[in-house]
Amino acid sequence: MTATTHESHGTGHDDHGHEHDHPAWLAHHFDDAEQQFDSGKLGMWLFLVTEVLFFSGMFCAYALLRSLNPEVFSYCSAFLNEKLGAINTGVLLFSSLTMAWAVRAAQLSQHRLLVALLGATLGCAAMFLGVKTVEYSHKWDLGLLPGMLYQAQVSHPEHHAIPTALPYLQAPGVVLLVGFALYWLWALMKRNDFHLQIAGPLAVAAACYVGGAFLGLKLEESAEHAETAAHATHDHSDHADHASEGTAVAGATDATALPVGSERENLLIPQQSHADQVAVEKGIEEVESPSVNQRGRAGVFFSIYYCMTGIHAIHILAGMGVIAWLIVKAARREFHSKYFGPVDNVGLYWHLVDFIWIYLFPLLYLIK
Amino acid sequence: MSAVASKPVLHGGAAIPSDEKDNFLTHTSGFLSWAMTLDHKRIGLMYLAGVSASFLLGGILALMIRAHLYQAEGALFSNKVYNQIFTLHGAVMVFLFIIPSVPAALGNFLVPVMLGAKDVAFPRLNLGSFYLWVTGAILFLVAMFATGLDTGWTFYTPYSLDTTGPVIAATLAVFILGFSSIFTGLNFIVTINTMRPPGMSWFKMPLFLWATYATSIIQVLATPVLGITVLLLTAERLLGIGIFDPKLNGDPVTYQHFFWFYSHPAVYIMILPAMGIISELISVHSHKGVFGYRFIAYSSIAIALFGFLVWGHHMFTSGMSDVAAIIFSALTFTVSIPSAIKVFNWLATMYKGTISLTTPMLYALSFMFLFTIGGLTGLFLGPLSTDRHLHDTYFVVAHFHYVMMGGTLVAFLGGVFHWWPKMTGKMFNEFWGMISAVIVFVGFNMTFLPQFVLGSRGMPRRYAKYLPEFQELHQYSTIGSFTLGIGLLIAGIVLIHSIFKGKKASANPWGGATLEWACTSPPPFYNFQRPPQVDDPYDFRGIEYSESAEGYVRPQR
Repeated sequence: MTATTHESHGTGHDDHGHEHDHPAWLAHHFDDAEQQFDSGKLGMWLFLVTEVLFFSGMFCAYALLRSLNPEVFSYCSAFLNEKLGAINTGVLLFSSLTMAWAVRAAQLSQHRLLVALLGATLGCAAMFLGVKTVEYSHKWDLGLLPGMLYQAQVSHPEHHAIPTALPYLQAPGVVLLVGFALYWLWALMKRNDFHLQIAGPLAVAAACYVGGAFLGLKLEESAEHAETAAHATHDHSDHADHASEGTAVAGATDATALPVGSERENLLIPQQSHADQVAVEKGIEEVESPSVNQRGRAGVFFSIYYCMTGIHAIHILAGMGVIAWLIVKAARREFHSKYFGPVDNVGLYWHLVDFIWIYLFPLLYLIK
Repeated sequence: MSAVASKPVLHGGAAIPSDEKDNFLTHTSGFLSWAMTLDHKRIGLMYLAGVSASFLLGGILALMIRAHLYQAEGALFSNKVYNQIFTLHGAVMVFLFIIPSVPAALGNFLVPVMLGAKDVAFPRLNLGSFYLWVTGAILFLVAMFATGLDTGWTFYTPYSLDTTGPVIAATLAVFILGFSSIFTGLNFIVTINTMRPPGMSWFKMPLFLWATYATSIIQVLATPVLGITVLLLTAERLLGIGIFDPKLNGDPVTYQHFFWFYSHPAVYIMILPAMGIISELISVHSHKGVFGYRFIAYSSIAIALFGFLVWGHHMFTSGMSDVAAIIFSALTFTVSIPSAIKVFNWLATMYKGTISLTTPMLYALSFMFLFTIGGLTGLFLGPLSTDRHLHDTYFVVAHFHYVMMGGTLVAFLGGVFHWWPKMTGKMFNEFWGMISAVIVFVGFNMTFLPQFVLGSRGMPRRYAKYLPEFQELHQYSTIGSFTLGIGLLIAGIVLIHSIFKGKKASANPWGGATLEWACTSPPPFYNFQRPPQVDDPYDFRGIEYSESAEGYVRPQR
């Protein structure tokens, strides 16, 4: 067909128009690659706008609830483990680097590098979620739950070396790890390069999920050991403080005056010394009673915490889904210098997910 | 479609296709060819069927309300059942009918055709958004048959947390419908931005596209906030997270702010595309270029932007600070400026035009009358002083029905009649179409004018029983509502009748100059045989009626 572009548009979309001026990667209703790329990119930016507004509701709720209950927020944010949050921030930032680099690799038609970088991004995402499982399950054991489920037993915390819910949260990761490993072995035996390229990153990602949990447990334990150690050395002076705080607080109605940070160590750690137990619990009782550690008050912090981090985690999961889809397409070598829109757009999405976490981390973990 | 073959073949005119039988309706056949189609025209028609069914459901619920209120002590239902009926009426009408009506049904069909494009930018997303709509509709039906949803369509906390009704099904439905709406809006913004044909600058776009563009901006910017709001409400019901629950240290007024941050702009999602339809209808049926094109175009965008700043006027009595209330009140009045610009421009368009009193034009004229009343009565609700008295009375009910129903629904009907020949290829019975327009107009006014009086005399909205002194006006309203129902029924019968018995429509039965009239009726699968020539969409010179084509043609071009 020697027709010009315009004529071929008019006559033969269904059969013969495609081969000449419409390569397989160009959808039929677009005139050229540029129009397709621009449309996809504008669409993705608009989608990101809706995402920002979607989260903005929760950020507004955070601001309002915080301004209404400053003491609740400063009391409760001390329960979050900054170390785990910081690790996760680092992991996500690194994944943004690998994602941006992946876009570059797609533009330069570096197929193997592209698969590797997408795999690295996927692995980081999985590790983020792995760490998150430890954070969540640890809090569930302590009864730090949202709203009316809140039942923090800070005076008699149940201590588990491995949080109760963690095995259930990790089970899918282990199953996937075994499955992907078998898939990888099968591909290796078949010497199928295409399947190897897919199975490798998927297996690594599943391993990262499980590995993230181990990392999280280690950090959580070390934090507790450090606190226990600190607690042991300062045992007596602490309790002397408690007695005085206890009396000081007993009459206070404004909970903001509480020295919250220092209390937490005692609240959450099983007490070693029997002799001090009574005094400590008495102190705790008096700290709690007038103020925040009750269902109708402190739960609101964990509500907003679980909503924000939970919906963020759902976005991570969705991102992992599309990155896995990109890995399959990249292994098929579908992306090249003329067609890399999907990688670019998923990259934009991934940066937004990263970006939201960069706000969540200080707002929830760091601000006291 | 076998009836087509027996019709005499038309001669003459520039727009007669070489192969008359191949159009988007006949291109492929079978259930899956519709259910899995990516064609924007078929998706538009599926939406049209869906929103019409929803409107029927919502309308039957409305008639049940009016029948119940015929007597002061309530004629039909218990108070509880009455609460459920008005809740479902509001929710079905807002979320299933009005919001998707013009953008998703007519917009889907028209936007690419008016652009001379082959499809919207993301056809799969388009089909996806339709199925999201279907899912949302099913969830609403679940909520309806589960019975007990009695929160009002606004789901205000804390009552929506305490009631035993199926609030979760309804809020999930709203969440899903929200994403359907977002994807439609996103699709249109991208399509209009990137797929305009060469030569169609922003100011050569038909005004319907401007209105759709403005609507889409609101859909994309406001709907996500509703999404997170109802999601938090769902979590609140499921887990008791307490963000909106005062018992758990939450704040119920926050819920109202979040809800109206969406739902006020949503009012403009409903009315803006209707205004776009009216801009087309008035111009085409007056056979005269639109007056003040740029002002109408800019006023659409202005309404979209101002619409984001006025949500607080729904909450004057909810315990906002006085300063906030005064600011929201002042901002509310700004919206009236672009709205008035549009009305005056439509009037000026008709001035010295050659007006054809067709069915679509009658609906357009009804719109102008009813929308003006709806808009002007809004001015009584904007100031704090009068709002204290009129808040939550029938005055508010009448006001928003004049805008939503007298405005959007009437414009939607006008648009459906206007583009029906294009969508189906069939002409409807003009006489009965005009009868329907007149009955709708009379019935509508009879229903809602008395409600203004009721409201200003202190009749509160949402009451299942009322004092006997209000009975007479309530009875006028009920009689009017059934008249309105008959008018709408006639309109529906006229349209359905035309599918089976209608004359074949010419390419341009009204004499429009926008691109959709340049392709055949119904359009071919890929819309245009060759890329259309883009002219001023409101330049009617040279368009003449041709007896042989039974429609308008433009011979010289």
